Amino acid sequence: MPVLDMLKTELREVNATLQAAAKAKGNEAFTIENPRGAHAMAVGLDGPISVTVKGSTGYYCAGMNKLATVHVTGSAGPGVAENMMSGEVIIEGDASQYAGATGHGGLLNIKGNASSRCGISMKGIDIVVHGNIGHMSAFMAQKGNLVVLGNAGDALGDSLYEARLFVRGSVKSLGADCVEKEMRPEHLEILRGLLERAGADAKPEEFKRYGSARNLYHFNIDHADAY
Amino acid sequence: MCGIVGLFLKKDDLRPQLGDMLTDMLITMTDRGPDSAGIAIYGDEAAGLKITVQSDTPDEDFAGLDAALSGALDTEVAMRVASTHAVLTLPLDKEAKALAFLEARGLRVMGSGESMEIYKEVGLPKDVAARFGIRAMGGSHGIGHTRMATESAVTTLGAHPFSTAGDQCLVHNGSLSNHNAMRRKLAKKGVFTKTENDTEVGAAYISSRIAEGASLGEALEGTLKDLDGFFTFVTGTKNGFGVVRDPIACKPAVMAETDDYVAFASEYRAFADLPGIDAARVWEPEPATVYFWER
Amino acid sequence: MDKTPQKTPQTDPRQSWTFSREINSEIRRAAATGIYDIRGGGAKRRVPHFDDLLFLGASMSRYPLEGYREKCDTSVVLGTRFAKKPIELKIPITIAGMSFGALSGNAKEALGRGATLSGTSTTTGDGGMTEEERGHSEKLVYQYLPSRYGMNPDDLRRADAIEVVVGQGAKPGGGGMLLGQKITERVAGMRDLPVGIDQRSACRHPDWTGPDDLEIKILELREITGWEKPIYVKIGGARPYYDTALAVKAGADVVVLDGMQGGTAATQDVFIEHVGQPTLACIRPAVQALQDLGMHREVQLVVSGGIRTGADVAKALALGADAVAIGTAALIALGDNDPKWEDEYRELGTTAGAYDDWHEGRDPAGITTQDPALMARLDPIAAGRRLRNYLNVMTLECQTIARACGKSHVHNLEPEDLCALTMEAAAMAQVPLAGTNWWPGKGGF
Repeated sequence: MPVLDMLKTELREVNATLQAAAKAKGNEAFTIENPRGAHAMAVGLDGPISVTVKGSTGYYCAGMNKLATVHVTGSAGPGVAENMMSGEVIIEGDASQYAGATGHGGLLNIKGNASSRCGISMKGIDIVVHGNIGHMSAFMAQKGNLVVLGNAGDALGDSLYEARLFVRGSVKSLGADCVEKEMRPEHLEILRGLLERAGADAKPEEFKRYGSARNLYHFNIDHADAY
Repeated sequence: MCGIVGLFLKKDDLRPQLGDMLTDMLITMTDRGPDSAGIAIYGDEAAGLKITVQSDTPDEDFAGLDAALSGALDTEVAMRVASTHAVLTLPLDKEAKALAFLEARGLRVMGSGESMEIYKEVGLPKDVAARFGIRAMGGSHGIGHTRMATESAVTTLGAHPFSTAGDQCLVHNGSLSNHNAMRRKLAKKGVFTKTENDTEVGAAYISSRIAEGASLGEALEGTLKDLDGFFTFVTGTKNGFGVVRDPIACKPAVMAETDDYVAFASEYRAFADLPGIDAARVWEPEPATVYFWER
Repeated sequence: MDKTPQKTPQTDPRQSWTFSREINSEIRRAAATGIYDIRGGGAKRRVPHFDDLLFLGASMSRYPLEGYREKCDTSVVLGTRFAKKPIELKIPITIAGMSFGALSGNAKEALGRGATLSGTSTTTGDGGMTEEERGHSEKLVYQYLPSRYGMNPDDLRRADAIEVVVGQGAKPGGGGMLLGQKITERVAGMRDLPVGIDQRSACRHPDWTGPDDLEIKILELREITGWEKPIYVKIGGARPYYDTALAVKAGADVVVLDGMQGGTAATQDVFIEHVGQPTLACIRPAVQALQDLGMHREVQLVVSGGIRTGADVAKALALGADAVAIGTAALIALGDNDPKWEDEYRELGTTAGAYDDWHEGRDPAGITTQDPALMARLDPIAAGRRLRNYLNVMTLECQTIARACGKSHVHNLEPEDLCALTMEAAAMAQVPLAGTNWWPGKGGF
């Protein structure tokens, strides 16, 4: 397994090496040592490759990921897996704000807590957070699923579009146009699949589902306060 | 817009390394603030008051300064020069007279207190830290800042930390949106700022609240109500260290705590070299929540 | 005694200047709907502009160049600071970002064709990259916007440059509910939104805030694209000195500065007319920032907002810009607001030249629409040629002025080649009032 030590290797070389290996589609597995909170690590990967980051990362780790698997053994800084298209990103520790922002696909699996704005503007990504999430999570979320085993902070799902939010614990407050919705069999099925993929020890029946009330879809003067 | 680092030691055995650890943290934050850098360090308490002054022409201005001040105050004055800064030590009750004397000589007062010394200059953090020899400094806690100037000038006085009262300092990441109105309000109460900088208004606000009888915690709570805009503030006092973020909390902030220290940084990578960081509790301060540690 | 009834003379009915017909109609509209007016088209009020400046020209003290014969270069290279592959343009005029969604695929294709024929670039907009524009634009700038609609790494990699949009001239700091932008099926698909809904708009980027964060975002974009592509940062003309300086500090290769007359994007009328500064007022502070940082011409400055003629181009360059961008003018060149559609404009309650509801998708000229029947009215090949012609005319005009000032490259135009007709323009452009050596703010007279 090739090892890239960030004490000895420049970020540009680390990313260029990973990007080339991803493109070669050789299913190679890399280890990055001494990440020391560096930014923009393992970004723009476009192919089947597995990267294990031993330690904690800075901003935008695994940004715009496609097909690759990126596994961070520590915590991740702001914007982890931002705009992810596909593949899987696993964070053993906590994730800072904007985790999975604008993600279009793939699975972001956060074993610890996620900070504020988790899943902001998400467009199809699946995010599973084993701990809690911070305020303004799933703001303007458009598509995809956000699963939270712990609690959610203030203003969950504000200005939500069609993303599905599943929370097992408490929700401090719901944002504008976000409401609790009935958990139908098809939702339990989706949730079961996500929990299984994320290796989460929880039952779908323990969760509540939240979604858009769709009151902001067409302007109505009586809802103007919600804008 | 900036980078912040802070370190508050819970035990004395790391005290000699404080400056060394803070310097590494500060240099890591260079990208967030390449314009100027500064540090407030709470070192050994002197027998008396320490005043940190700055001059652009230190050779001229500092030569014989201690003797002149000593003569004017009719008391003993000790002086330690570090590059463009000098720390003058004198009896506590001579503060007002000493400050007037120093300002009359055209020196810029960075701050004063029984414990706090402030060093700040225009330039890259590594150069600023080197010229003052911050690595060699010991102490109980310290706060550092790297600045990317938004609106006010890139000058020594515009650098952080800002000190608007004895042993108090403040650094800031973000941008306040009502500092002009607040500056006028404070001026009506007789609290005047020296620069056009938004952060100095934040510092002056906190100092004035404390002077009116508020605790540091209450003053920090007050920033949430009275200051508008985006901010992560880290503040130091003689015995303590506080953190508060605005309710929107967009500007980054991360903290780490072990049995030995509490650390603050704008980015995790500033922690990478701290002892025992792998086992530390690492978390992000909540929005609109005041955190405070005191010895 | 004369019994004829006497008519008392009356003063003519007097319309209030404060409560004008226009203001009153807006009050009635607001009272009826409960929502602010939303439109495109940039500021319509009269603001000090390039028309208030004149070139001095050469005569005795300076020597002019012979028109059409002696060389006057118009080429410009954007992105020389960090990018491995800077963008080389034949003319200093580019096409500004306009969204697919507001614009039809045909219109995007026409912009690409016209720009490519003239040797310049086009820019995507809010809504992602379309095949129409990528296919027909030799050089395409990919906008990176707060919405991130359609954002994906493949398009990022096939762009020639990336433009991080922090602000637009029409709405510096703007966002909120931009209702009435009805989302058709294709647009909805590209934006991951439900079909037929009103669209909301974010004012900040979802994953960074402020220049210190932007520096890291730019690092990420460079790492994803191998440090090849120029990174532009687009700002609205609000605080141009500080914002330009901060864009440079954050690592931009190019700063795009959009004044208040700019903006094809739909936003609140109150925003368009009351927030931001005129383009003329923005250039000197931005150039000053670049000069203070030692970055003038190292980081290129592209100015947009109300550029209409080669004279405007020459004046923007003389004040220190490296290039300009056009949006509204390009749409008009394609055929927007053409009086030949007057009957249909009337049906929409407007008139040719005043139509600005580009977000509503009912454009009779078939440019700002997704309606197949209307779209079909625009022949992208013919419209592309019209744009090419217009760009070439502007370039010739700019060269004519540059030669008259004795310049063998349009970039050698300088503020000293200008004078101002009004005190306002003199103050904003920091060039002397005509016939004097003074401008407001400059000491001495």
